[in-house]
Amino acid sequence: MSRHGSILYLDGITVSFDGFKALNNLSLIIGEGEMRAIIGPNGAGKTTMMDVITGKTRPQSGEAVFGAAVDLLTRDETEIARLGIGRKFQRPSVFESHTVWDNVELALAGHRGVAEALFHRLAPQEKQRIEEVLDTVGLLSQGRRLAAHLSHGQKQWLEIGMLLAQEPQLLLVDEPVAGMTDDETAETARLLKRIAGSKAVVVVEHDMSFVRELGVKVTVLHEGAVLAEGPLEQVSAEPRVIEVYLGR
Amino acid sequence: MSRLSLIAAAIILGLALLVPLLNLAVPAEQAFHIPDYLVPLLGKYLCFAILALALDLAWGYCGILSLGHGAFFALGGYAMGMYLMRQIGSRGVYANPVLPDFMVFLNWKELPWYWYGFDMFWFASLMVMLVPGLLAFVFGWFAFRSRVTGVYLSIITQALTYALLLAFFRNDMGFGGNNGLTDFKDILGFSIQAPSTRAALFAATCIVLAAFLLMLRWIVASRLGKVMVAVRDAESRTRFIGYRVEHVKLFAFTLSAVMAGIAGALYVPQVGIINPGEFAPANSIEIVIWTAVGGRGTLVGPIIGAVTVNAGKTYFTAAFPDMWLLVLGALFICVTLFLPRGIVGTLADWLARLPRKAKAGKTPTALPEAAE
Repeated sequence: MSRHGSILYLDGITVSFDGFKALNNLSLIIGEGEMRAIIGPNGAGKTTMMDVITGKTRPQSGEAVFGAAVDLLTRDETEIARLGIGRKFQRPSVFESHTVWDNVELALAGHRGVAEALFHRLAPQEKQRIEEVLDTVGLLSQGRRLAAHLSHGQKQWLEIGMLLAQEPQLLLVDEPVAGMTDDETAETARLLKRIAGSKAVVVVEHDMSFVRELGVKVTVLHEGAVLAEGPLEQVSAEPRVIEVYLGR
Repeated sequence: MSRLSLIAAAIILGLALLVPLLNLAVPAEQAFHIPDYLVPLLGKYLCFAILALALDLAWGYCGILSLGHGAFFALGGYAMGMYLMRQIGSRGVYANPVLPDFMVFLNWKELPWYWYGFDMFWFASLMVMLVPGLLAFVFGWFAFRSRVTGVYLSIITQALTYALLLAFFRNDMGFGGNNGLTDFKDILGFSIQAPSTRAALFAATCIVLAAFLLMLRWIVASRLGKVMVAVRDAESRTRFIGYRVEHVKLFAFTLSAVMAGIAGALYVPQVGIINPGEFAPANSIEIVIWTAVGGRGTLVGPIIGAVTVNAGKTYFTAAFPDMWLLVLGALFICVTLFLPRGIVGTLADWLARLPRKAKAGKTPTALPEAAE
């Protein structure tokens, strides 16, 4: 077990942009292999929190520890990605002029240096791994298509597949079902549940029925801090949460 | 696409034999004879083709729109020009065995330290690659690390070439000022005016172009090449899956600058002069137009673009001297509006849209052996 018994430990994180506190003394602990849903109204600080964890934004104060004792606040995006934190953006972000296969191949763990990448030849176990990943996200038959030609939902899955290929210990997934059909949403919930357990997954989502489908512990963010935490039924019954959601 | 670059490389290597042969071995009165003036002219087009290919690596594949590639070309050209100047020796107007004419004219007594070594071909050749490469490396190191991208990067590359233009115009820089370097006599002991030397320079240009084409074909097909395209399409995604985007860009930009320098070095002995005009910002923009017209992000496109646009320039500037800039501008607008993927890119799209059965057998598509 790690120092905090957790994969991610955020304590007292504060980020302010020109006086506006996007995160206000935020503390959050994610256990190893845990899946957590993060909800909250617009401007609650969900995306900023992900930016802090992945090294895109530096907080003014606080502590962010990954695994046993890795300080995230002294590292940049590339280093943090290599440590084993994968991030899915809100809008699907895949390499459109590459094939689905190449998208996953590029995300495969290892071989990140310039010279390494120049001389790298695809190993049989890598090929097998790509097939596994494509199978997991249901795109095995789409390998030869250009990512640009995929549907919106398929792009979201491909991006999740790319995260898996990175073999992270922690996945940050920002609004995975935005713009998806009901069937796609249900499929995405199943996909994320399959992934959780071996890897910790943090899902930021607006879609309440999707969060209910995930059936995991929920953290409600409001004005940059944690408002409530617990099972969805419990937090959605809390008067403060109702006020935040309905008061707007 | 990758087969197309093999065919192109073969054609270019064929030209390396054919053009010198038709120039030197076929008598002037025969129809197939290539006149003497045409050999260095074609050589010049191919130097521009190398330059466009170099820009394509940075821009077409890695998304770095450099509007200052003319600077690397000119620096390579100056390095070669310095060698050619020192080859003149005492045959200059002032017959000074060491100092080039313009230095004697400026009353300089000694050769500046940075002209040392340029009497040796190997040293000059090294500088042809090292000077542009080092400048691109240092420039790129700061720019990419600070995440300067898009139009901002383009603007500072323009500023870079403009700054060099002003610097090289100055007489006390020691590069011949406004007049640049010219009146070359020979290269490696061969007279630079001799048809045989010009044919050899043409052949050398062809060989370099073909070699670069094959080298880029290999790079582009490698995983690194795919990472470059990834950087071009979604830079932050690439960063968040753990690539050092700035290293990838630095590699593409520096290699591209070295290629541009070599193109400049081949250009100078064939046109017989290098002057600060080569640093003009407009020159660098023209390179972008050649590449866009031919098709950026394809390897054969920039070559076709550079040769056709420059052949057009030769024709128009002779037939309708006032029209050329208008034609060039119109060409760029038309390509941007109607052929955004350039000549080769558009043709490739048409071919890809043809029904499967129309194509002979199983055509290798965008996906290489990976998925087989």
